[in-house]
Amino acid sequence: MSQIKGLAFLTVILTYFSFIQDTELSKSMARGKDIYNDFCIVCHKPNGEGTEKIFPPLAKSDFLSKYREESIRTVRFGQKGKIKVNGIEYNGNMPLPGLTDEEIVDVMNYVLNSWGNKSEKIVTINEVNSISK
Amino acid sequence: MIKFFCTITFIITVGTSFAQKDDVNIHTPEILKYSTELVVPELDIPWGMTFLPDGSMLVTEIKGKLIHFKDGVKTEIKQVPEVYARGQGGLMDVELHPDYKNNGWIYFTYSSTEGEEKGGNTALIRARIKEGTLVDKQILYKGSPNTTKPYHFGSRIVFDNDGYVYFGIGDRGEHFINPQDINKDGGKVYRLKDDGSIPADNPFINEAGAKTAIYSYGHRNPQGMTKHPVTGQIWENEHGPQGGDEINIVRKGKNYGWPVICYGINYDNTILTDKTEMPGMEQPLYYYVPSIAPSGMAFIHSDKYPDWKGNLLIGSLKFQYLERLVIKDDKVTFREKIMPDFGRVRNVKIGNDGYIYVAVEGKGIYKIIPSL
Repeated sequence: MSQIKGLAFLTVILTYFSFIQDTELSKSMARGKDIYNDFCIVCHKPNGEGTEKIFPPLAKSDFLSKYREESIRTVRFGQKGKIKVNGIEYNGNMPLPGLTDEEIVDVMNYVLNSWGNKSEKIVTINEVNSISK
Repeated sequence: MIKFFCTITFIITVGTSFAQKDDVNIHTPEILKYSTELVVPELDIPWGMTFLPDGSMLVTEIKGKLIHFKDGVKTEIKQVPEVYARGQGGLMDVELHPDYKNNGWIYFTYSSTEGEEKGGNTALIRARIKEGTLVDKQILYKGSPNTTKPYHFGSRIVFDNDGYVYFGIGDRGEHFINPQDINKDGGKVYRLKDDGSIPADNPFINEAGAKTAIYSYGHRNPQGMTKHPVTGQIWENEHGPQGGDEINIVRKGKNYGWPVICYGINYDNTILTDKTEMPGMEQPLYYYVPSIAPSGMAFIHSDKYPDWKGNLLIGSLKFQYLERLVIKDDKVTFREKIMPDFGRVRNVKIGNDGYIYVAVEGKGIYKIIPSL
């Protein structure tokens, strides 16, 4: 009986924490969407589809899922030179967006969990802080 | 790639055949009558450039660098004002005073944090260069209020034949607040005397509460501006939303309509306005559907390109080419791609030597050499 009680308690606790994380994620994503619309939408398009061979897609992008650190670095410092996304090569120049680290957290959480993308782990300020040029 | 351009051509054909009368599709020449030569290598985002009497160049990079390029060597000028480096903000245009030889004045536009509020807005300053350092800095105009919105700062600088200086500030992300209100900065083209004072015949000089530096309003984000070599009129091009980039002749006190009238839609594909014309609002000389994301503009006034003389050049950030427009009686009659697939063309100007100079992001500055 006490085992069942314990299990029930644990379930409640786990549900509670996953709920907290979900609301944290959804709040971050909501802020991230505003940032996306201000900074990214012109090139990467409303649904992250990009423009083939000119602006890489973010929707279902293998680059985002394979190279999480590199993706955050791109947003933090800009990017120049060749990259391959979903089998297509891009040789563009993404200017430095000039976002604060808090804004990078939000926009990354939005991008990593939209348009068919799904991230196991929420992006945190510590993760962004730790990525250097 | 072929498929991509077919799609683009299709969009241009369909998009404009319904939207604009007398439109002409852009042509891609089969035989190139020119070659390109890289003059200033390895630049990040070369936003502005100007040519000094000694044959050297000044180049701005958006992140806040001013480069003096002389005899193949780049020197970074010191004491450049700190820029608000967010989104499209940064060190933007550079232009010489018409009497630079005698007074040494150089004009700059940049995103500045000066002021009370958080964020930035566009400033016009002038300064001189002494021993590799920017000195005698004077702020001639500063848009207000500051905002953290990262886009639509403008801004090009052009002098007219009477010595007045023109520059633009984009709507700063507040299109329902700024462009139609002459009491507010943003979404405007401004005209000042060379020392920053307001000309007595500016259009809104007697309007209570108006920003009297305003020369025209209802603009979205002017990033190209040049003087017509024959008429002396100021021409500008501006970024529209999706579709609706425009070429306009800047006329005193006129309203160019943004965001009340527009040929484009919002980036999230929602409708911004269903109106494309209204009494009291100017029609563009030309508009682009789809948008090309127009950057710098220049008229070919030299004799180096006999077939192209009098034509207008405009850079496309989006489609990564320079375009040549033939204009007759203030109508575009022909468009052609120059330097197709070359990269994000940020700026174009005619040098003192009469050649076309083209600034490309991530690459550098190229010269177009006609093959005779």
